[in-house]
Amino acid sequence: MITAGADVGSKTVKIVILKDGEIAGKGIATGGLEVEGAWNDAWDAALKEAGISRYDIEKTVGTGARLKEVEGYDTEMSMVTADARAMHEINPEIRTIIDVGAEEGRAIKVDTAGKVPDFAVNEKCAAGAGAFMEAMSRAMQVSIEEFGEEALKSTANLPINAQCAVFAESEVVSLVHEETPRPDICKAVCDGVSDRLASMARRVVVEPKVAFIGGAAQGLGLQKALKEALDLDEVFYPEDIVFVAAYGAALKAAD
Amino acid sequence: MAEEEKKEFWRWTETNWASKDIDWRKGEIISAGVDVGSVSSQAVIMVDGELYASANTRTGYNSPESATNVMNWALEATDGMKLEDVNFSVGTGYGRVKVPFSNKAITEIACHARGANYMYGPSVRTVMDMGGQDLKAIRCDERGKVISFLMNEKCAAGTGRGMEVIADLLQVPIIEVGDRSFDVDKEPDPVSTTCVLFAKAEMLGLLKKGYTVNQALAAYCSAMSYRVYTMIREVDVVEDFVITGGIAKNRGLVERLESHLGIKALKTDVDYQLAGALGAALFGKVLYEKKKKK
Repeated sequence: MITAGADVGSKTVKIVILKDGEIAGKGIATGGLEVEGAWNDAWDAALKEAGISRYDIEKTVGTGARLKEVEGYDTEMSMVTADARAMHEINPEIRTIIDVGAEEGRAIKVDTAGKVPDFAVNEKCAAGAGAFMEAMSRAMQVSIEEFGEEALKSTANLPINAQCAVFAESEVVSLVHEETPRPDICKAVCDGVSDRLASMARRVVVEPKVAFIGGAAQGLGLQKALKEALDLDEVFYPEDIVFVAAYGAALKAAD
Repeated sequence: MAEEEKKEFWRWTETNWASKDIDWRKGEIISAGVDVGSVSSQAVIMVDGELYASANTRTGYNSPESATNVMNWALEATDGMKLEDVNFSVGTGYGRVKVPFSNKAITEIACHARGANYMYGPSVRTVMDMGGQDLKAIRCDERGKVISFLMNEKCAAGTGRGMEVIADLLQVPIIEVGDRSFDVDKEPDPVSTTCVLFAKAEMLGLLKKGYTVNQALAAYCSAMSYRVYTMIREVDVVEDFVITGGIAKNRGLVERLESHLGIKALKTDVDYQLAGALGAALFGKVLYEKKKKK
C-alpha cells in the first residue's frame, strides 16, 4: 500500500511517501506568499525519490497551518496528533515532544499508547518560534545556520529583555552598536527563545524522554539552549527532524 | 548614494518650541521634565507651572545622551536659558533613571496622568497613553492622581513601534497612515494575526490578493483599534477620556477606537507626546517648593 502525508507549514511544505510502512520518498520546499508552488515542488521531489507517480498514491492525509490553501489531499489531522503518531512509531520511549516551527511552537505529551493526554500551543506570537530566530539573524546579517554556530561559541549570560520580536530586534541592534561580542548576542537570542519554549513546555509538565523536532530544532544554538533551559540530560533528535508531522500523517493514511 | 536616498517611512518630524509670551527671567520656579521613552524623548520646561518650552526627538541608542540632547534642544528654543537656570528636573519614562541632570525620577504612569490633567483640564478621568513600546490605560482623579492602571509592554501589537514597522513595510510615511486608512470604499476585515511579525506576512498576502495599500492600512488600523479596545475595556472607561502619546496623532487608530468605545477623546493644541514630560515638570515644581521649605 502506498500512502502520503503532507505537512503544509507556514513556511515550508513537507511530503512523506510510505510504501508498505517504509518511507519511500521525502520532499520539502519553501513557500512564499502563495503555497501552491512549494506544494507542487515538494510533491515532485518526494515522488521522484520514490520513483512513482501521483496516481500511485492511494490516500493522502494533510496537516499544517496552511493546509487549507492547497488542494489534493483526502483527509486532515491535527499537527499535534500527527507529531504524536509519528513519534510513537519512531521512538516509543518519548513522553514529551517539543515541536518548533516557523510560526508556531508546540509541547505535546505522548503516552505509552501514542495518545496525547495534554498539549500546549503558541501560535499567536513569534517569540518562541522560528520566525523570531530568523528576524534576529536578519538584524545581525548572518545566516540562520551561522547564527546557531556563533551562539555555541559564547558562554556569556546576557539577557534579552524583550519578549516581542519587534522590540528584541531594536535591542539586538543596540547590542551590536555597543560592540557586544556577536556570539554573546546570538546566544542571548537562543536563550530567550528557549526560555519561551521552556515555559510553554512546563505547562504540560515535561517528562523524559524528550524529543525536539521542527525546522527551528535544527539550530545548534537553540538545541543547546533548550536542553539547558529544561535541565535535560539528553534530548532525542529524530533523523528526519522536519518530516515528523508529515510522517505521522502518512502513517494515518495507511490505517 | 543609494543608501542615502533610502526613505525612512517610519520617521516623524522632530520639533522644538518656546512660548514668546513668557519671560522666563521673571519666573520664580523653573522646572523641567524629561521623558526618555523607548522610541521618542521629550523635554518640557515650565515657568511657575506654565508650559514655556519643549522638544520632541527620537531616542538614540544611548539613554543619557538622548536625555541631554532633547533637553539641550528645548533650551535652544528659549530666549537664552541655560541648564543651570533650571531649578529642578525630573526624569520619567523607560530611561528615567538615566537622565544625567535630573534631581529625581518618577514613573511615567504618574507623570502621564499629571500631564494629561494639565493638558486637558481636571475633568480627565481616563488616560490612554499609546507610546512607542507600551500601552497604558490609566484612571485618575480630578487632581491627576493615579487611581488604577493597566499596562502592556510585552508585545508590539498596538504600539507605535508596531505601526512604524507596518508603515515601513507598506512604504507609507507614518504621518499619512491615519488619513490614508480612511481613503477606502469600505472598511476591510481587520488583520487577523496579533503578532506584528505575522501581521507583516499577512498584509503582504492581502496586497497580493489585490488589496490597495490604503485598504491594507485600514485593515491594520482596524486590528490595532480592536486590540487597544480589548485592553482599555478592562479599566472602566470613564469620561472625560483622552489619548496621549505618539499614536494619538494617528486618526486611523483614534477614530476607530472612539467608535468602538462610543465616546470621543478630548482634543488639545498641546503636542500629545508631551504628556509624560509635562507631568514630570509639574512634579518638579512641587518637589522644588518642598525642598525650599525645608
